[in-house]
Amino acid sequence: MKARVFITLKNGVLDPQGKAIGHALNGLGFGSVGEVRQGKVIDLELSETDAAKAKAELKAMCEKLLANTVIEKYEIELKS
Amino acid sequence: MKSAVIVFPGSNRDRDTADALELVSGKRPAMVWHADSELPDVDLVVVPGGFSYGDYLRCGAMASQSAIMKEIKAHADKGGLVLGICNGFQVLTESHLLPGALMRNAGLKFVSRPVTLTVEETQLSFTRKYGKGQHVSFPAAHGEGNYYADTETLDRLEGEGRVVFRYAPGDNPNGSVRDIAGVMSEKHNVMGLMPHPECVVDPLLGPPDGLPLFQSLVEALS
Repeated sequence: MKARVFITLKNGVLDPQGKAIGHALNGLGFGSVGEVRQGKVIDLELSETDAAKAKAELKAMCEKLLANTVIEKYEIELKS
Repeated sequence: MKSAVIVFPGSNRDRDTADALELVSGKRPAMVWHADSELPDVDLVVVPGGFSYGDYLRCGAMASQSAIMKEIKAHADKGGLVLGICNGFQVLTESHLLPGALMRNAGLKFVSRPVTLTVEETQLSFTRKYGKGQHVSFPAAHGEGNYYADTETLDRLEGEGRVVFRYAPGDNPNGSVRDIAGVMSEKHNVMGLMPHPECVVDPLLGPPDGLPLFQSLVEALS
């Protein structure tokens, strides 16, 4: 089973990289761009075949290592 | 004072930290490899600066999962002293031995210059040789030293006297919330700070403003 984990900064946590990207896009003439927030995508392959178990395992991975929950939130997407 | 310095792949301030500890205590610290699962019998553990695991994923994230971290947590739980400098501070926040997190510098640039700090708390094992409100200059060298914690945590830290160092007004190099440069654990035995006191212990390299920090530890442990 394949999974994709999205890690982004929590709302309210300053994202200077996102801001710089937004400024650069405005500078390129993309005037419609407002706030930009950037994050990480992690693709994983799992030997687990049960979706519920895989999701629980991925949640534990996020809490323990993949995300720092003081500043980041995460979303898990399973791909069968 | 018996001390240990932890060495991760990518640590680069470990030997300077060991030199500073030896200078004040007369004893060479034990250098402990991150994969070891035992700490020698020591009073103080220092997690040094550097770029452990190449800062992969997040600074300090990989190091916080090292075998030796379990031992460091046990040492801290028993009231043993732990000091984290720069990457060591990042490792201690990632290990939840200290609150908050260290994020990308607000200016997005790596900062390498001396910064002026105000010593906020002087009743501690780490800072008793400083005067309250004293200004000291330590070199900063980091790309991710932007301290962040939620408002509730910050209020608690300030209320409990756990903000030990602040960047002097106008000299915050990284956007740290409330100018915080160093914090302390609830039991006052674990401290982390971003700038490098171990770089300024020899008068040959300028005013030795970092020396009192290490002398404080020797006095507290004697």
